[in-house]
Parts: sequence; structure tokens; C-alpha cells
Amino acid sequence: MPIATASQTIGPYWHLLRDDTWSDLTRFGATGDVITLQGRITDGAGNLITDACVEIWQSSPPVSDVFDGFGRAASNAEGLFSFKTLRPEPVPGASGPMGNTRQAPHIALTILARGVTKALWTRIYFQGDAGHDEDPVLSLIPPARRNTLIAHQTKPGVWHLDIALQGASETVFFEI
Amino acid sequence: MSDTAPFRPPVPGSQPEYDVKIYGSTALRAPSQPLIRIAQSITERTGPHFSPARYPSNIDISKVASGEAQGQRIIVEGHVRDEDGRPVPHTMIELWQANSCGRYHHEGDQHDAPLDQHFQGSGRVFTDENGKYRYTSIKPGAYPWRNHHNAWRPNHIHYSLFGPGFATRLITQMYFEGDPLLKYDPIYNSLPDPAAAARLIAGFDINLTEPEWALGYRFDVTLRGRGATPFEDAHEEH
Repeated sequence: MPIATASQTIGPYWHLLRDDTWSDLTRFGATGDVITLQGRITDGAGNLITDACVEIWQSSPPVSDVFDGFGRAASNAEGLFSFKTLRPEPVPGASGPMGNTRQAPHIALTILARGVTKALWTRIYFQGDAGHDEDPVLSLIPPARRNTLIAHQTKPGVWHLDIALQGASETVFFEI
Repeated sequence: MSDTAPFRPPVPGSQPEYDVKIYGSTALRAPSQPLIRIAQSITERTGPHFSPARYPSNIDISKVASGEAQGQRIIVEGHVRDEDGRPVPHTMIELWQANSCGRYHHEGDQHDAPLDQHFQGSGRVFTDENGKYRYTSIKPGAYPWRNHHNAWRPNHIHYSLFGPGFATRLITQMYFEGDPLLKYDPIYNSLPDPAAAARLIAGFDINLTEPEWALGYRFDVTLRGRGATPFEDAHEEH
């Protein structure tokens, strides 16, 4: 049986693909609860990561002609990435022996970069949303590390979540 | 098989670890905590879809409007399939590469090799209904990097693929058959299983060449398949 092709790093020159309009998921005319989602990425020594390709995908709101659900942003000289998108709603959880579950609003986020051999998978949740205690993914995470996935609002409509690839405040990454 | 079933876990040894000793840049960028395995939900089982209408294809990287790039013209063709051998139709592939002298059209690349005003170095193609793709480019040059003394990247073309779900997202690199630099390259050799590394090598294919025009290489890509396999049980143990 064929085996899936191996991942290789995206490297330092992925910007040849870069199109900054992709960081705005409302660019095709989507309307709703528009938010800015931003964060700063650091490595295990606290250095800013200025060459990352950050991608997001959200299954809510549903994909439509005006909403791709997908965005890509480059981290800048300050290690910052920023997206404009729509606030997600709760979605169903994975079906399985635990029965029907419901997931709190979240957005999947991956980090691709030089020195990152395969995508680093994480999620962004929103501070203050209902359902975090029952969320099937957050529930797998030791309580002391859950806050690495929970963005906070710095001003109305602007949500911030820093991402540490390694170290004391290391973001929780998933195997999926 | 439902088109929303979860994707299989990777076959052991088929994907790189994050922390690769021979690849220095991983030292501060690899997670030190174990990953947390999650069940794939709608967020991981579904993914973005791109259409050429909104994301125009560019299947000829070997020239720009003002002229043709320097270098050995090549045609690359292949199929994108899943782990059951089924074609992955109408999926977007993004490509980028160095020019024939081994330099990227990128401000971060200060390698002392000439730029080529007729080479931008990025392309976008879509697979057809049978999962087949094809583009024209020039063979990228090798270039030095600073991973270790006298480190050179082998000739390679970067690939970005999406597939049917966000869990099938793949960034990889295509290498060239017979490249003497492969055995020294820490990125190529980041794979635990040599067979996994060998799958990243495009083979020369005389049938893909075009007489008086271009050489031909074949490179097939396999994305994760849906559904459980015997590997799943082995995977649960760690």
C-alpha cells in the first residue's frame, strides 16, 4: 500500500508564495462578527521568529462563496502575525465512544518555518467563551497548559495569542 | 469510505521528527513537550478548497512576460494520490525554487550567485480529474547554507499541497535522481526511514522529455488516506 509522502521544512524562502491579501479571510465579501487575530512567535531561547508561515483554517462559519475559511500570514520583523477573519461558532466534536460532543469556538493554526520539519498544529480558543470545560480537545490538556491555546481580547474585536515553539511557556501542539 | 472519515496516522518512520540533530535550526524550534494526540473532528477532516478561477494557475515557471529564464528547461509531471492509490483530483499545488544558479528571488538570499531577471521562481498548478499535474520550469541550482561547514542543499523544488482535509496539508521538497549532494543533506536525511527519503526523489523519464525543448522528470505525491489501518494499533502504543 502506498505510504504518504514525507514532510520537509518550508524553509526560509517560502515568501515566494506570499500574498498578504490571504491574511484577510473577509476579502471575498464575508460579513459577520469580524475579528483581528494576532500573536507573536518565539523560539526556545525567546528569540522572535520572523520567517514563519502561519496558516489558519476554521470549520465555522461554514465555507461559502465569500468565505474560504483559510488564511495565511507571514510573521514580521517583530515576530507578529495578524489575520482578519470571522469569529467561529461552536461545532460538533469527533464522534466516537464518548458519544456526541460539542467543541467550543476555535480556529486551527499551523506554524511552518525554517527549522520546523513538519507542520506544528495548534488551536486558538477565545477567552470567556462557554464550553471550554467540556471541550473534548481542551479536556485532554493539563490545566496548567490550557492557557497556551486561549486568546485574550486586547481591545474590542482584537484577539491576541502568543506562540512559543519551545520552552517554559511552550504552546501545546497536537498530533492529528 | 465516508468523505468525512478521519485520516490515518502516519506510518512509523515515514515522517521526520521535529528535533533533528543534524539539522541545526530545529534545536530551538522543535517542541520539547510531547505532542497531544487529538481525535480528528470536522476541523481536521475538512479543509479549504481552491479553484483556478480565484487562484489562477501558473504552469510555466521557465519564463516571465519579458523573457525566458536561464538554465536547463524541465517538465515535471506526476500524480497526487491517497494511501489507497485513489487520485486526489482538482487539488492545488504551490511550487517555489531557486534559479539555475542556486539563488532565490528573495531578499533574504544573499548567496553570491547571479539573479535572473526572467525567473521569479514560483508556480501554481492544479491536479486534473485523475490527480495528474504537470508544469514547466528550469532545473534549480544547488546552493550553500550555513548548517555546517561546507553545507550545500541539493537541487530541489519546494511543494505545498492541500488535499481534501486540513489534516492532509503537506509541505515537502522534490529532489532529483542521481544528485551527489543528497547523501550530505541534513534535511533530506531528516527522515528515519531511507525509503521515505527515497520517495522524495523525482526520476528522469525519457518519455516526458520534449525533443529539442526540455528534459522530463516524474514525481508522484501520496497524501494521507482516510480510514483505519493496522498501523493504527501500533500507533496507539506511544
